[in-house]
Amino acid sequence: MVKDQEFLETKALYCLGLAKKLGATDSSVIVKNSISETVNFRNKKLDESNRSDDLGLSITTYIGKKKSSISSSNLLNDNLNILIEKCIETTKNTPEDEFNSLPDRDLFAKEVKDLNLYDETHIENNQKIDYLKRLEAAASNDKKIVNTESSFTQNKSNFILANSKGFCDGYKTSSFTASSVTVAKDEKSMERDYEYSSKCFLKDLDDADELGNLAANQTIRKLSPKKIGSEKIAIIFDKRIAKGVLSTFASAISSSAISRGTSFLKDKVNQKIFSDKISVFDKPDMLRGLGSRNFDSEGVKTDTLKLVDQGILKHYLIDTYNGKKLNLKSNGRCGGTSNLYFENGNISFKDLLNSNSKSLYITETIGHGSNIVTGDYSVGATGFLIENGEFKYPINEITIAGNFKDMFQNITLANDLEFKYATNSPTMLIEGMVVAGK
Amino acid sequence: MSNFFEKSDVSRKEAESIISDTLQKCDDGELYLENSKSESILLDDNKIKNSSYNSDLGFGFRAISDEVVAYSHSNEVSKNSLKQSSENLKSTLKSVKGTYNHEIPKSNNKYYDNINPIEQKSLNEKIKILNDVNDYLRSKGDKVKQVTANFLGEQKSVEIIRSGGETLSDVRPLVRFNVSVMVEKDGRKETGVYGVGGRQSYDSYLKDENWKSVCDEALRIASVNLESKPAPAGEMKVVLGPGWPAILIHEAVGHGLEGDFNRKKTSAFHNLMGQKVASEGVTIIDDGTIDNRRGSLTIDDEGTPTEKTVLIENGILKNFMQDRLNARLMKTRSTGSGRRENYRHIVLPRMRNTMMLSGKQTQEEMIKAVDKGIFAVSFGGGQVDITSGKFVFNCTEAYEIVNGKIGSPIKGATLIGDGPSILKEVSMVGNDMMMDPGIGTCGKAGQGVPVGVAQPSILINKMTVGGTKL
Repeated sequence: MVKDQEFLETKALYCLGLAKKLGATDSSVIVKNSISETVNFRNKKLDESNRSDDLGLSITTYIGKKKSSISSSNLLNDNLNILIEKCIETTKNTPEDEFNSLPDRDLFAKEVKDLNLYDETHIENNQKIDYLKRLEAAASNDKKIVNTESSFTQNKSNFILANSKGFCDGYKTSSFTASSVTVAKDEKSMERDYEYSSKCFLKDLDDADELGNLAANQTIRKLSPKKIGSEKIAIIFDKRIAKGVLSTFASAISSSAISRGTSFLKDKVNQKIFSDKISVFDKPDMLRGLGSRNFDSEGVKTDTLKLVDQGILKHYLIDTYNGKKLNLKSNGRCGGTSNLYFENGNISFKDLLNSNSKSLYITETIGHGSNIVTGDYSVGATGFLIENGEFKYPINEITIAGNFKDMFQNITLANDLEFKYATNSPTMLIEGMVVAGK
Repeated sequence: MSNFFEKSDVSRKEAESIISDTLQKCDDGELYLENSKSESILLDDNKIKNSSYNSDLGFGFRAISDEVVAYSHSNEVSKNSLKQSSENLKSTLKSVKGTYNHEIPKSNNKYYDNINPIEQKSLNEKIKILNDVNDYLRSKGDKVKQVTANFLGEQKSVEIIRSGGETLSDVRPLVRFNVSVMVEKDGRKETGVYGVGGRQSYDSYLKDENWKSVCDEALRIASVNLESKPAPAGEMKVVLGPGWPAILIHEAVGHGLEGDFNRKKTSAFHNLMGQKVASEGVTIIDDGTIDNRRGSLTIDDEGTPTEKTVLIENGILKNFMQDRLNARLMKTRSTGSGRRENYRHIVLPRMRNTMMLSGKQTQEEMIKAVDKGIFAVSFGGGQVDITSGKFVFNCTEAYEIVNGKIGSPIKGATLIGDGPSILKEVSMVGNDMMMDPGIGTCGKAGQGVPVGVAQPSILINKMTVGGTKL
C-alpha cells in the first residue's frame, strides 16, 4: 500500500517547521511515494518480475531572495535534520535572484476536484500473467514473429505538496500499463515494432488480444523495406509521431525558453504561427486523463488554456519564476503541460492519405533532431510510401528535415483524435518537407 | 565507505542470512546496496539559478532462476523491507532448482581514487568559477546573448552481498562541467556546447583557468554555426573527426554487440560472430579499465572486475559484452559489463569506454580523397534501432567538402546509416585516436549510465546526410 496522506503530510510539515526554525523565510516541500509492480514476458514465458517502492522528498528553502534545494530518499528525521541544515547553509551562500519566490497567495488552487485519477483495484501478479499470456498468444500467432516481449505494470502513487504560505494538498493517482514489442523476420530483413495501452483505471485498459494483434501486424508490415531517393515530399505523421510535434511546440513556448531568449517562438504571442485551421488546448481537468492535475508543481491552480486559437499563439506556459521575469502571472504550468492536444481537423484519415498522389507515412522517428532555438528539425525515419491513398511498401534508412516555423504553417489534421497519451494529436499531414535517402 | 547497516534495525549478519535463504537453489542473484550523494550548481541567464543536493540510499534484491529475473527494491534498509522483498522474490520464483554460481573473479586493480569530489571544492569557489565563465564569455562581444554553465558532482558507494556472505564494494566519484553559449547575429541564433569530466576532482579538469578553454570551444562552435548554410540531403562520403564523433561506433555497433540482444536474437549482429563485419584495419574495443575515465569501473554492478574486451579485431567480430545472466545463458563468461543506473533498476549488459583504435592514414589524406561530402567534427546525441540495425546521430559542427577541400560550415543535420554494413564502408582509419572529453551518458531501457568513446578520424564511403538542400 502506498503511504497515506497523513504520513506524507507529517513529514512535509516537519520539514517546513525545521526550515523555519533554522532561518528560512519561506520554504516548500514535496513528499511522494510510488509503488510499481511489473511482470515481463518473453516468448510466452515469464521473464522478469519487478517491484519498486520509492519514497522521496525534496525541499526548497528561501532566505529572502536566496534559494537552494535538496532531495533525498532517506526520510528518517536524523537524516532530514542534517540535510535541511545543509540546505539552509547552501541557501545563505547562494547569490540573490530578485525573481525567486513562492507563488502569490491568490494563485493557489483552492478546491481540489475529484478527477477520477485513482483506481483502488489491485491486480495480482497471476492476473497480470493471465493477461500477458493472452497478449503474447495473439502477438505470436503469425510465424513471421520471432520474438515477443510484453509487460504489465501497475503503479499507485500518492504525494503531498506543502509550503510556508499555507498551501498543503495532494492526492493519489494510479496507472495500469500494458505493452508489447514484437520482432518479425523474413529472408531480407528483421524489424521491430510495438503497441501500448496506459490508463488510470484497470477496466479501461485495451483488450490483451487486440494489443497483441496490433503489435504483430504493425511489425510484420514493416518487413522488406526499401530505401527511396532524396526529394521534397508531403509527410504524414502517424498519431504516435504527430504528438511529438506538439511536445516540441510545448517546449518552445515554456516560459523558461522564452525568458532566456532561446526559443524560435519568442515574442510570437498574438501572432499566427500555425495555419488558421489549427487550435491547441491544454485541459487539466479531464476525468481519468493521463495528464490531469488539480494544481501544478508549485500549487498554482490550473485552468484550461486554448494555447493556439485558429493558428494564433495565445499563451506561453508560465511558472512563477519565469513569469516574474517576463512580468506575467503564472498560469499553473510549472512542470509543463497537462492533457495537451490539437483540436480535430475536418477531413477523414482516408482523405488525408488521398490528398497527395504520393506521400510518406511515418510511423517511427529516431534521433534527437529538434532544435528549439532555431526551429530546425532533422530525424531518422521509418514508414511507408503512400500512392493514391494506398500503402505501397515499407521504407527505412531515410531522414526527414525541415524547420518548425514552416512546418507549423503547413499542417493539415485529420479528424481522428483519441486520448491515448497525455499529449495527443490527430494524424498529421505536413507539405513540403525534405526526405534524404539514396 | 558507507556502512549500510549502521543506522538500520537489521545487522549485516541478519541481512546475510536473509540473502542466503532467499537465493537457495537460485542460479544467481545478490543484494545490491547503494548510497549516493550528488550536487548540481547551475548558472543561467546571468544568475545562479539552482544549487541542489541529493542524497539517495536504497537496495535492490535480485534472484535469478534459469532465464527468469525477480527484482525488488526499496529505499528503506530495514529488516521489514528486506523480508518483504525476499517474499516478493520467492513468490515469483515458485519452484527453483538451480545451482548458485559462486564464481566472481578477483582483482586488486583500481581505476580511480576514493574521493568525494563534492567536498573537495567549496560552494563559493564553484559559484565564483560559474560567474567568471559568464563574465568571460559575455566580454567576447555583443553577439553573446545567453550563457549557461554548470557543475555536476557525485559520489556513489555500492556494496554487493552474495549468497554465503561474499561482499564486494566500490566507491565511485564522477564530475562534469558544462558550458553552453548562445550567440546572435542579424536575427539568427545558434548555440555551442562543450564540457569536460571524469572520475577525478573538479580541479583535475579546471585548474590553471582551464575552464577558459571549455568556454572558448563552446563559443567557437556557436560562432561557426552562425555562418552555416543548409546541409545537403542524400548519400555521400563522410569524414568523421577524432574523439567524440565515436558515438557513431557506440550507436552503430556498440549496442548491437550487447549480450542480451544477442541471446534473444533480436540484434542485427546475433548470427555474425567470427564473421567479417568491418573493413580490414578496423579494431574496436570496450574498455572499463582506463584510469579516471567517465566510463571506467573498478568492478561492475554485479561485482565482476571490468576488463578490456575486444569486440571487433581487424574487421572480424570477436566478442559480445556480457553481464552474468546473459553470459551464463550463452555459456560464456561475464566481461564485467553488468551495469545499472542505480538500485531502482535491474542489471543489463552495457558499454563502458568504446573505442576504435588508430590506423595509419592522416585526416588530410581523407579530406583530399573526397570530391563531394561532409566533414563532421562534433555531435549531439545518437540513437539506434537494434533490430533493423539503423542508427542516427546529430551533427552539431560540420563542413562541406568540395574537391578535396573543406568548405563552408553546414547546419546541424541527422546522419543515418546501417549498423552491420557501415563499418565495411570505412575506407580509411586515421592515426589520431582521441578520447572524448568525458561527457557521455548512454540510455537503454530507461536507464542512463556514464560512458566514454574514442576513435581516430575515419572516412566512410557512403552515408545518408539528412539536410534540406536537394
